[in-house]
Amino acid sequence: MAVMSYAQAAALALAHAMEADPRVVVLGEDIGRGGIFGQYQGLQQRFGTDRVIDTPISEATILGAGVGMALAGLRPVVEMRVVDFALCAMDEIVNQAAKNRFMFGGQGRVPLVMRMPVGIWDSSAAQHSQSLESWFAHVPGLVVVCPATPQDNYSLLRAALDCGDPVVYLEHKTLWGLQGEVDVQAREQLGSARTVRPGRHLTLVSWSRQVHACAQACEALAAQGIAAELIDLRSIWPWDRAAVLASCARTGHLLVVHEAVQAAGFGAEIAAAAAEATGCRVRRLGAPRIPVGYSPVLEAQARIQAADIAAAARGMLEQTR
Amino acid sequence: MARIRAFENAAEIASQGGVSAYGSSAGAGARVRGPLHLSTGQEAVPAGVCAHLRTDDYLTSTHRGHGHTLAKGADLARMMAELFGKASGSNAGKGGSMHIADFSVGMLGANGVVAAGLPIAVGAAHAQKLQGRDAITACFFGDGAINRGPFLESLNWAQVYGLPLLFVCEDNRWSATTASGPMTAGEGASARADSLGIAGEQVDGNDVLAVDEAAGRLVREVRARRQPRLLHAITYRVKGHVSVDAAAYRDPRELQQALQADPLARARSRFLAQGGDAAVLDAIDREAQEEVARALAAADAAPWPAPEAAFTDVQTTGAGLWR
Ligand SMILES: Cc1ncc(C[n+]2csc(CCOP(=O)(O)OP(=O)(O)O)c2C)c(N)n1
Repeated sequence: MAVMSYAQAAALALAHAMEADPRVVVLGEDIGRGGIFGQYQGLQQRFGTDRVIDTPISEATILGAGVGMALAGLRPVVEMRVVDFALCAMDEIVNQAAKNRFMFGGQGRVPLVMRMPVGIWDSSAAQHSQSLESWFAHVPGLVVVCPATPQDNYSLLRAALDCGDPVVYLEHKTLWGLQGEVDVQAREQLGSARTVRPGRHLTLVSWSRQVHACAQACEALAAQGIAAELIDLRSIWPWDRAAVLASCARTGHLLVVHEAVQAAGFGAEIAAAAAEATGCRVRRLGAPRIPVGYSPVLEAQARIQAADIAAAARGMLEQTR
Repeated sequence: MARIRAFENAAEIASQGGVSAYGSSAGAGARVRGPLHLSTGQEAVPAGVCAHLRTDDYLTSTHRGHGHTLAKGADLARMMAELFGKASGSNAGKGGSMHIADFSVGMLGANGVVAAGLPIAVGAAHAQKLQGRDAITACFFGDGAINRGPFLESLNWAQVYGLPLLFVCEDNRWSATTASGPMTAGEGASARADSLGIAGEQVDGNDVLAVDEAAGRLVREVRARRQPRLLHAITYRVKGHVSVDAAAYRDPRELQQALQADPLARARSRFLAQGGDAAVLDAIDREAQEEVARALAAADAAPWPAPEAAFTDVQTTGAGLWR
């Protein structure tokens, strides 16, 4: 196993997939030089400009062309730079990529991976810091993946490329430099959660960057005698109901944590499903419903910190004692 | 031009000292945080265009909007405070460099989304038409923006409805880390405007008098005839895409050549060649430096926004229900 960054793991996953399958092509802005975060580093030198295609600033066409390439037998990866700009291609994502297979009676399929980084990015303000995963989870036809570690960014990107249906692949804008061990033999199934740490007092469910904040919160809770079980969902559609429900049935308490705005966030879906199925107590922790501000003071209002998570968990348990 | 240069030089220095987060923003610790897109070397375009705009004319801008905003007459000190994220900033600390705006002088905002300012300018000009006003709208966008759909949609709309709108393509040759020439088919902005029947004109965007002359003519036409026009100004992006970008992907000779055509130096030597007094220019520079120094001190001293301000100006109906 080698230690590498989250960005390097993604580049390696693409390199391996491109070696294994000549149908895999990549297209997007500024990717020839490695992408703005190095997540395509070395690929154009290695696979040439026909397979790692620099495009004009044309999000709708990048995405739409990806759909057309997929229908014509390729396995494209399209780069949206950040999720905020994927909104410039929303018709292509929601009305075209997601619906094609169904609408035409299964005549065509769209094996397309759409990379669109999410999350708060230091002082980048309202148009560069959004977490919009629940928008995509709401659309039938889309798979939605949120890797939190270098290992998962390798394994899940490979799985997304093998998926055969359109995948919205959401890396976090602040995780690119995160280092970790990567086993390139490991294979993952989309829709399987990872239990980060076991526990018996309550279940914490999260994904993407917030998994790391939750892990910190678990340490603080453990010091106070609270054993929280932490589940990294890894993909929010499909999401691992079995793992989450089994844990909630054991602990009787569920706290879902995400960086996205809490109102109408995906935490609501998980909380409702868990309460319906197990009768457990539920709580959500997400951002207030405000655009992310530029000033660090304002930005902080939209951030979920480990201390907030630990406080929410403690508050929840105290209510039932 | 001197004020824009002084403002951006100071902002660049104030953006240093932070730890950059993988390439795009100056990190925590810097006085100016977040992505800072400088327009160094491009000052002749906003200066030459905005000289012909009135305060009640509208302007929309790009992510590289300091020069446009200053040239439109915005308050420099409030802009600096905004870059510092302070409560006294023009956007109350909510927007920063990339979203700098000053509605009090008709500057309707810089934008973080490439080409997003064009349809907004169309709407502003359409409103001017519906309201029977004699004001006009100007709209700056980059050479990369002309490959997004909103460019075509906006030009078509402006022509179909006969809107008083000056489109200004500020062509600095680069789009982030990619040269825009090889990414653009045909002759670019003015040729595309021609195909829709919008009279377009190309100009040396580093020659402030040439920009001034062409923009003056086009603005007069837009104002009098209530029709759109397009100005394609060719200039050069001297700095990297954002302040933390060293632009290592660029041939240094290209930059060296471009520096020979620096718009401030050119304007200065022309002024002197025509018998102008160097002391006049020195005084302009000194005044700009002093104004910027005062703005920096004020921005440093200004208070942070109250945390609760994050919850204001979101919306009125139903606000505050979900904290
Ligand atoms: C819709 C959209 N796509 C991509 C980006 C990322 N981006 C920001 S600026 C930029 C380059 C824009 O080039 P150009 O329009 O020529 O303006 P310049 O930066 O050269 O002034 C890119 C790709 C964005 N902000 N918005």
